[in-house]
Amino acid sequence: MKDLNEQDFLEWADAYLREELSEEEKRQFEAYCEANPVQKELLEWHQTFVGDLKKADARVNFQRDLIRIAQGYGKSYQPKSTTKVISLWDRLKLNAAVAAAIAIVSVFSTLWLTGYYKNLKKTTSDYSALRRDMNTVKRNVNAQNAAIQNIHNTKDNAKETMHYGATGFMITKNGYVVTNYHVITGADSVHLQNHKGESFKANIVFTNPEKDLAILHINDSTFKSIKSIPYTFKKQDSDMGEDVYTIGFPRDEAVYGQGYLSSSTGYAGDTLAYQISIPVNPGNSGGPLLDKEGNVIGIISGKQKGLDGAAFAIKTKALMETLNSIPADSLNGKNVVLNNKNLLHNLSRTDQIKKLQDYIYIVKVY
Amino acid sequence: MSKGKSDIQIDSKIIDGIREGNNLAIEQLYQIHFPPIAQMIVNNRGSREEAQDIFQETVMVLYTKINEGDFVLSSKLQTFLYAVSKRLWLKHLTRGEARYHKDSIDDYGESLAAEEAIVEHEVIEERLLLMESSLNGLGEPCRTILYDFYIQGKSMTDICEKFGYTNADNAKTQKYKCLQRLKKVFFKVVNSY
Repeated sequence: MKDLNEQDFLEWADAYLREELSEEEKRQFEAYCEANPVQKELLEWHQTFVGDLKKADARVNFQRDLIRIAQGYGKSYQPKSTTKVISLWDRLKLNAAVAAAIAIVSVFSTLWLTGYYKNLKKTTSDYSALRRDMNTVKRNVNAQNAAIQNIHNTKDNAKETMHYGATGFMITKNGYVVTNYHVITGADSVHLQNHKGESFKANIVFTNPEKDLAILHINDSTFKSIKSIPYTFKKQDSDMGEDVYTIGFPRDEAVYGQGYLSSSTGYAGDTLAYQISIPVNPGNSGGPLLDKEGNVIGIISGKQKGLDGAAFAIKTKALMETLNSIPADSLNGKNVVLNNKNLLHNLSRTDQIKKLQDYIYIVKVY
Repeated sequence: MSKGKSDIQIDSKIIDGIREGNNLAIEQLYQIHFPPIAQMIVNNRGSREEAQDIFQETVMVLYTKINEGDFVLSSKLQTFLYAVSKRLWLKHLTRGEARYHKDSIDDYGESLAAEEAIVEHEVIEERLLLMESSLNGLGEPCRTILYDFYIQGKSMTDICEKFGYTNADNAKTQKYKCLQRLKKVFFKVVNSY
């Protein structure tokens, strides 16, 4: 048989491969291939190529099916695992965020309102101011008793409002009294009561929170100006080791306390205070610190927690500075004129106290 | 024992299905074999999407193996798929690194078979993808003529009618030219490697 060109041969080959030839023609073709090794090679090569063409298409189809099935599978799979937890979270995350924000705000505002941060500040310091919480327990018990007695009484009882007690003492004969600032902070009204039981209403004239001092003025018709104050104020610093004493109201009666000046600086190196060794208790705050001649050298203000016999008194110098810094119009024409005549220095201690105690007051803060 | 037998039956049913391009077989393959492989990938720093990709690749490896005709299931289908997936995932993880450590794989024999299957698959896939893209790159009417004749198996007379050729010889000449062009495009790329 004659040689065919490539096109004609491939035509024939295609027909052979597609099995369109009769048995007779097939044999003819095979025989032709046997006779022409070059054409035979071409046939094999063509066969592979066409096979690949088919395979490539089948493969693409298969892959398309696979991806479609995978997507279908992924879809049917995913809702199963996500419905319960994640979709719940999706729906509720806004609510959760709002709830968390409210919780945070309310926690911190509650802490702030209840004075937690103030307390925190206080408790981190080991300095303790010596104002007296007026018989909290007794007051609570009394209030409960009253409540029990008036159990059928629908009227509200007048609220027990007294908060704190401390000490104060007179600095001028026209009615100025000094006490600690921490005693009268947050006060609605301040009353002074002497050891005879006479009570006077007092105004707060001036406060100095840095030095922890407050100047009060007795503003009561029953108060009569007094002739003179028996003690003077010693403006120079006193020396270490000096005998000192104080009178204060850690309870409802005056209490005498005696000791010595143990350091010329106060808490944490405060140069406007002394350290003294006198047993003091809450309620002693604002009491006068006197030396043996009857000069006021300081004002009891606090003590150090956890240390025995470490009490502190504000120096008279700080009192003087405070008095000088009072604006003139706060004084209403009643000038602060300090006494400079000491009536105590030759007296025995008991006589000193007798003379003194008329001028020392229990400060009741309502 | 009966369970093991039925597993083998299911396996060969799936393989036959894939050979025939049966969608149901693919679905069954997914349902049975995807969960453990997904679990393996997710437990090894993979995501669910990556698991999907790896599994599809694995199925393509299986497909190649089946269609090359030399596929004899020496173990359970699950074992083969698992080994291939593991190998692919390991390659994916160590992508960019010069070599990965074959000895980090527990069952050595299985992984070698898997590796061979993957390499074979990659070679064939590359060739066939090139074929597909060459065919698609021919443009009309060549693509359709070749597609209809060689893939769909349509007769030349049908093609003549479809394209409006007045006589079959013209169509045959056209087809031959198209085939030559396809070969040219295909081997140009192959030889350029």
